Amino acid sequence: MRWELDPSPSPWKVFLAYSLFVVLAFLLLGLLFLLYGVSPLKAYGLLLSPLGDSLGLAEVGRRTIPLLLIGAGLALAFRVGFFNIGAEGQLLMGAVGGAYVALFLPPGPWTLPLMFVLGGGLGAVWGGFAAWLRVRFGANEILTTLMQNYLVYYLVVYLVAGPWKGQTVFGFLYTDRFPPEAQLPRLGDTLVHWPTLLLGIAAALGLQLLLFRTPLGFEWRILGENPEAARYLGLKGGRLILLAALLSGFLAGLAGVGEVAGIHLRLLEPAQISLGYGFTAILVAWLARGRPLLVLLTAPLLGLILAGGDALKLSLSMPFRVVDVVAGLLLLALIGAEAASRHRLVWRR
Amino acid sequence: MEEALLRAVLFGTPILLASLGALLSERTGVVNLGVEGMMALSALAAFAVAQEAGPALGALAGVGVGVFLGLFLGVFAVSLRANQFVAGLALAALGLGASGLLGKRYEGVPLAHPLPEEGFALLALGLALALHYLLLGSRFGLYLRSVGENPKAADLFGVSVDGVRYLALALGGGMIGLAGAYLSLAYRPSWTDGMTSGLGWVAIALVILAGWQPLRAVLGAYFFGLLFFLQFRLQGSVPIPSEAFAAMPYLLVILVLALSGRARAPKALGQPFDRGR
Repeated sequence: MRWELDPSPSPWKVFLAYSLFVVLAFLLLGLLFLLYGVSPLKAYGLLLSPLGDSLGLAEVGRRTIPLLLIGAGLALAFRVGFFNIGAEGQLLMGAVGGAYVALFLPPGPWTLPLMFVLGGGLGAVWGGFAAWLRVRFGANEILTTLMQNYLVYYLVVYLVAGPWKGQTVFGFLYTDRFPPEAQLPRLGDTLVHWPTLLLGIAAALGLQLLLFRTPLGFEWRILGENPEAARYLGLKGGRLILLAALLSGFLAGLAGVGEVAGIHLRLLEPAQISLGYGFTAILVAWLARGRPLLVLLTAPLLGLILAGGDALKLSLSMPFRVVDVVAGLLLLALIGAEAASRHRLVWRR
Repeated sequence: MEEALLRAVLFGTPILLASLGALLSERTGVVNLGVEGMMALSALAAFAVAQEAGPALGALAGVGVGVFLGLFLGVFAVSLRANQFVAGLALAALGLGASGLLGKRYEGVPLAHPLPEEGFALLALGLALALHYLLLGSRFGLYLRSVGENPKAADLFGVSVDGVRYLALALGGGMIGLAGAYLSLAYRPSWTDGMTSGLGWVAIALVILAGWQPLRAVLGAYFFGLLFFLQFRLQGSVPIPSEAFAAMPYLLVILVLALSGRARAPKALGQPFDRGR
């Protein structure tokens, strides 16, 4: 008996593999809930509870916004073969850039656009730096972008505890509140900052067109699928990778501006700015299989898991780490299912 | 001076142990990016068992969890031939998350009977020597390396590529588990969420810096240990914000990666082996 490649798996088998692995992931999750001392059924219910009412749906929407922006960029970066794990840091860079404009430049109608430009720009620089290290020195970007996350983390802590600490906040680690010119409009009473949502949808559409309808996108796809062939064709691989990294960093930076200008209205501790959006967006992009447009479906799905994790945390006082567990298990289930459906068991040697 | 050297060794020991574990599996061609999560969960298991049944069994539990998680990664990276990088990252998140979730009740509880740090340090040094001999001086090491360099040829010679890779992941996982146990049983003698604080990632970078050589990993780990010690020592006595010190190890890893980026890795590193292809 052995395990070999299946060149053309039937759709039925693919479906079966995915169902099996997702069920396994949920069983394992249930086991962890049991060990923690919570009934799995109750926990699953809470995880899906945001679907039940408009308030919950608004929570899902609010979490979908950064996932949409980051996920679209990561779908592109992964497709090109740049494994950007640093979206979390690029998001925080964006938050820093946005906060700088909001707090230290004279307010006016230009404030919000300028926040997006500077925040996105800083995110792009941060992502581009890792690409430069890879192209110039051959440094593995999975590790460098990950380390960069920690660097910005401490930068933000330093800023909110030190030079940017608010004049009016005493014991707390955050800046003063942004002026009204630096606050994004929201939908009704919800926390859904709709201009950023529109940016996210535009990013998914735009990157899809860029990737599949332009010569640049064609070169990107060749490079991602067959670097060897790209070299023979004389494509400038370094420049293509750098461009994709800059774009995905820029979008993550925009997401960071959206979080501080649309929700918190100040710069604050990094763990409160982002609930691991950078990591969750890896799942969003992975699920979308390198198609930026599909992010419009996968981002709300993971937005639901984040909102559900929040519900778990609030009603069972669980540590927020539960979201890491769900995300990690789902990611394993998805790559496992993909790999399993590409193979078949053969009953001979 | 003597104190500095001793602290450097003790700071460097968890990095060394985890790094040896990652190195072993990388030599057979399997990247393990799950180190941070494996260490976190092993640290918790070691602490929980040590409280109930004594520190020796605790250390054993840490190793056991490491072995289990190594095999778990093997299911994805070896048998299913999934993307090793993504599988490792998912394992890192899962391990960190599960330890934070399950460890909540141990937060802030001191360990009743801590183990001596020096014992772990000696053990780590011994393991480095043993691994060096195993890889370079034994027939089995030859199999291990051939699986990492040229799995197809190894397969033709009757070496079970998948079997060797599982074994390396299990043994390496045990060492990573030992690194976690060291943190919660000797180094800190307590458990806190996120206590691995990036050491696992430093260990992965050290594998590259050491050029996949166990003895060079010893030197590198103690060098990192010295830097951590200096960072700890200088904090407060120089006008630099503490956040800059906290960020130092991560900056170092980036520097190391940039300096040694094109170091020669095992040829089959990161590539799943499929006999039919």
